[in-house]
Amino acid sequence: MSQLPRLDTEQLRAKYPAVFDRPASARLAMPATIVAALAIFVFGLVDLDFSPSKLISGISQLGWITMMMIPPNPGASFPLYMHALGETLSIAVLGTTLAAVVALPVSLLATRNIIPSNFIRFPVRRFLDSIRGVDTLIWALVWINVVGLGPFAGVLAIAVSDFGAFGKLFSEAIEAADRKQVEGIRASGGSALHEIRFGLLPQVLPVIAGQVLYFIESNTRSATIIGIVGAGGIGLQLAEQIRVLEWQKVSFLILMILIAVAAIDFISSKLRFAIIGQRAVA
Amino acid sequence: MATAVSILPAQQLAVLEDAYRSAVARKRLKATLATAVFCAVLVVAAFGAEVNLRTLFTYFGNFVSYFDRIFTLESGARVWTDPVEWFWGWQKWLRMLGETILISYVGTLVGAVFAFALNFFAAQNTSPAPWLRFTVRRLLEFARTVPGIVFALIFVIAFGLGPMAGVLAIAIHCTGALGKLFAEIVENADMKPVEGIRSTGASWLSCMRFAVLPQVSAGYASYALLRFEINVREASVMGFVGAGGIGQELVVAIRKFYYSDVSAILVTIIITVFIIDISTGWLRGRLFGKETRG
Repeated sequence: MSQLPRLDTEQLRAKYPAVFDRPASARLAMPATIVAALAIFVFGLVDLDFSPSKLISGISQLGWITMMMIPPNPGASFPLYMHALGETLSIAVLGTTLAAVVALPVSLLATRNIIPSNFIRFPVRRFLDSIRGVDTLIWALVWINVVGLGPFAGVLAIAVSDFGAFGKLFSEAIEAADRKQVEGIRASGGSALHEIRFGLLPQVLPVIAGQVLYFIESNTRSATIIGIVGAGGIGLQLAEQIRVLEWQKVSFLILMILIAVAAIDFISSKLRFAIIGQRAVA
Repeated sequence: MATAVSILPAQQLAVLEDAYRSAVARKRLKATLATAVFCAVLVVAAFGAEVNLRTLFTYFGNFVSYFDRIFTLESGARVWTDPVEWFWGWQKWLRMLGETILISYVGTLVGAVFAFALNFFAAQNTSPAPWLRFTVRRLLEFARTVPGIVFALIFVIAFGLGPMAGVLAIAIHCTGALGKLFAEIVENADMKPVEGIRSTGASWLSCMRFAVLPQVSAGYASYALLRFEINVREASVMGFVGAGGIGQELVVAIRKFYYSDVSAILVTIIITVFIIDISTGWLRGRLFGKETRG
């Protein structure tokens, strides 16, 4: 067995001073960050009234609740829950579509290659940002004030909050589109309308369709929660059953939500793949 | 330089054009069918969601005037003419806002720690056993799919009203979301260092610590910061179900029609979310360069 050559540490030290003698600031940066993060964490625990006794009693309570949840059982309300689930899916599909339809023209105003002037683009972008800064639940509360309790308020809430997100995403998709195809159309004598129809739209449409599908998927989740404030769907049933402590029904409803979300995930990922595949072929 | 465009003989052209037409026709048929199906789905959904266009038209004025009202003080003046009156409760609101940010901070940190502990078991290339991977994956999926506010509703009953329920709800949801993202980073990591460490006879734990962790820690921090940003938004509504934070004030203001308070609280939330968006974006850009900004 051969002996490995012995390393001359002194020589290495002299050769790579940056590795062996790091300045104190570089060596202390990481521990200092960790200590600061922990300090804020501990302050947070104290400020938010965390106490071990509360935690233990809460966890035992939670264990008890979990025991009560088994087995999941809808009782006699199964048809009602299926109807509520249908309502939730309708809210997601309709809200997302409405948002996409309204967001498309507005997103053009926020796009650099269509509106070169900062003057219009900047306020439109900030407007979209502020809409996105407000949570869907808050929009749901506002719409309930306007059109009353029920799923319609949910549709409008999802539509408004997605409008902000779509406006931003669509304008980014349009900005990312390749100019070469548009120039090609112009070179062959196409009008401005032809440029948009044959140069821009084929590039942008699949991206937009993919995003809309993805949002329908994620809105199925959002639509389950806006019911909690009274905007219809399965969330309404869930919140009610939690408040009256019907744990078997609660666990059944949660299972229903999980299955519905998984099914929508599956369908929309298949569809998205089909659309993107089509683009690769065309 | 003029180039003559050669035109194919009519017979050859006809074949090509036929092929082109049939290809386009097939594509058109597909697109029409897809549109028809989508419209049918929309109509069914419209019935399901009890859409009533007449209600919308009747009350759309209310939606617009709602914003008119929330920007009007009780004295009838516009809110921006008297900022002192508009933000009369700023001390209370700032305290609640601080609580909201703390809730999301503590929740994100706890969630990130749990996600960190679990993600090596969920990643395909580092998981010690398939059954363990399957279990952890399902667990993370469950934590991710059940909305945070549903956890909050249940926790409020188990742990009592207050920010603790909100923190735990955010922590669980965050564990699910970050666990998946972390596992994906690990799956993209280079496995050669792991082989190197294992060839020295190291345990699984040392392999993770010395071969995988140095590759993935920057990505972890980046995603955790991004999640913090999302959690601030989520924590702002935790108060709706009594789980602490500024949501409590907001829901009271909306339900009791304290119009100018609604706009004042909304403006504070939006500004805070902006500031946190910008600062975490800046921090991530600074720490990890442009390419890791997910």
